[in-house]
Amino acid sequence: MIVLRREFYFPSGVEGLIVLIFYIIRRVLFIPITLFGISLIVFSMIGMLSPYQRLATFISSPDRLKSENVDQLISMYGLDDPIPVQYGRWFKNLLQGNLGWSYVGKAPVLQALLQRFPYTLELTLYSAIPIILIGTWMGVLSALHHNRTLDHSLRIFAVVGWSFPDFVFGLFVLMIFYSTLGLFPPGNLSLWAEGIVKSTSFRSFTGMTTIDALLNGRLDVFINALRHLVGPVLTLTYVQLAYILRITRSSMLDVLQRDYVRTARAKGLDERIVINKHAKRNAMIPVATVSGQTIVGLMAGTVIVEAIFNRTGLGSFLALAAQQLDYASIMGGVLFFGLILIIGNLLVDISYAYIDPRVRLD
Amino acid sequence: MKSETHRIIKKLFLNASAIIGFVLLGVFIVIAIFAPFIAPPKEGRDPYMMPIVTWTSSPQPPSPEHPFGVAGKRDIFYGVIWGTRTAFRVGIIVTVVSTLIGLFIGSIAGYYGKLFDEILMRITDIFMAIPFLVAALVLAAILGSGLNKVMIAMTIFGWMYPARLIRGNILQVKEEQYIMAAKALGVKDYLIIIRHVLPNTIFPVLIQASMRMGSLVITAAALSFLGVGAPQGYSDWGALLNYSRNWMLGGQGEALLYWYSTVFPGAAMVLFVLSWNLVGDALRDVFDPRLRV
Repeated sequence: MIVLRREFYFPSGVEGLIVLIFYIIRRVLFIPITLFGISLIVFSMIGMLSPYQRLATFISSPDRLKSENVDQLISMYGLDDPIPVQYGRWFKNLLQGNLGWSYVGKAPVLQALLQRFPYTLELTLYSAIPIILIGTWMGVLSALHHNRTLDHSLRIFAVVGWSFPDFVFGLFVLMIFYSTLGLFPPGNLSLWAEGIVKSTSFRSFTGMTTIDALLNGRLDVFINALRHLVGPVLTLTYVQLAYILRITRSSMLDVLQRDYVRTARAKGLDERIVINKHAKRNAMIPVATVSGQTIVGLMAGTVIVEAIFNRTGLGSFLALAAQQLDYASIMGGVLFFGLILIIGNLLVDISYAYIDPRVRLD
Repeated sequence: MKSETHRIIKKLFLNASAIIGFVLLGVFIVIAIFAPFIAPPKEGRDPYMMPIVTWTSSPQPPSPEHPFGVAGKRDIFYGVIWGTRTAFRVGIIVTVVSTLIGLFIGSIAGYYGKLFDEILMRITDIFMAIPFLVAALVLAAILGSGLNKVMIAMTIFGWMYPARLIRGNILQVKEEQYIMAAKALGVKDYLIIIRHVLPNTIFPVLIQASMRMGSLVITAAALSFLGVGAPQGYSDWGALLNYSRNWMLGGQGEALLYWYSTVFPGAAMVLFVLSWNLVGDALRDVFDPRLRV
């Protein structure tokens, strides 16, 4: 969703730069406030659980819950303290970089999150490329064939994809490409490739498997990782394509009516040049913002796709944590997601101000 | 006025995709209303619970008795039919309640401005900083099983979108002369909002609401697909798809045998969401051509 709040114009030159810097500072100052707000919301949700339910995340085996020392354990972990006291304790730990122990991740929460983040980032980036390329290509095509058969078919293609829940499309992809054709398996890697990646001779540079595989010179691992990416990328692409296509189409239609396009045509320029040099470049301005928002939105969209394709990542981690009521992981995961979204949106807004000087910041 | 109504009706029903949208929606409404006749429930049992029809755990192919087959020991046809009611209930209740909350908060922020606006909009920003699906998932998991819990969770994290829209619209309308005139005449604030401001900002909100219906139903189904929300055996498209999930991941080469467990509930979902999206598009084209994309 494009939310442009129009309060003043973004001026050009040095003045503009100063405005931009102040704008960035203001937005950055709000980040801790927003994160604090998120933590209050999540903590008050967790406060609805009984101490017994929350104890489960501290217990390694269910037998221990049967013993009579349950109440003792609850007071040991301070689970029966008032919620504000518990929040204070959690916050104090947070300031020391301690987000608690993740029962789902079997590691400290922060470590579990940082370890999974590259997987989600990798999936997001690989999905963003086809979404943007195919979406803009189809959008331009649709605009150039305005109200003709190709335009109608592309629009139907897009609106159906937009109506497809990602998990339904993902199930179809699994059914056809994995179960029937045996082509693109779920998960992150095959067992043999996982063995190589986990071995000591394989150095981890970025945490993103495809890039690390290339840097280690393991082409076989790279191809294996790519094959595991096809299913989720295909799913996210089709489901998310529609928005970019629509924006490109309407922006292109708008630009094609402009005077400068008519002038370019009137002076006898080749139609290809008119479209590529004059129309397309200007039509891409709104598409650029929407693309940025799409990438940020994709991060959040990975929850379901990672769960369906059995992939390790932030999304599937959080889904599992929510199902198991692992509240340290939930707190950490939601804060982490929030932080990514805030930073992502800030970057999108700043780059938008650069691309289109007409944009107004608030 | 009459010609305006005429224009609207003509525009709504001359567009092929709009017609498809309205027809599809009509079919779903008919299915939801006549569910007890299409898939009669057993006497004295909660009609929303899919009855267990077999003890075999693997899915059973379509047969005259079970036209869509059996998955998770339950009749898929029954689940798809009664799931239509579930989808309407979730979509309509969440949309209406969150839109009303959004209207209230958005109009206070927009109309009174200044400090009210600043505080309310910062709270809105904070709620929007948590991805909707993640927030709804966490809250629904904490509240426990039950469709009502899912609706509560989606409402608590869904009011911000109408709130923002209403606020923006009110900021625009506020400076109009007829509002100034009403103020000068000493009309009370809440009456100005209800009588003069809202009627002039309501169409975009209605359009947004119809566009959100589809995505809300997807989210609710996604939650039951993840095993949060609707209780075991409840007629819900997401829950039906959850039954088929294990067979897709595990059944090497056999998954196509179980196509019906994915295709029927999946098609119901896609068509339902598609109908709302097409209707929303059509309404927007007619009532607010500026928003056209």
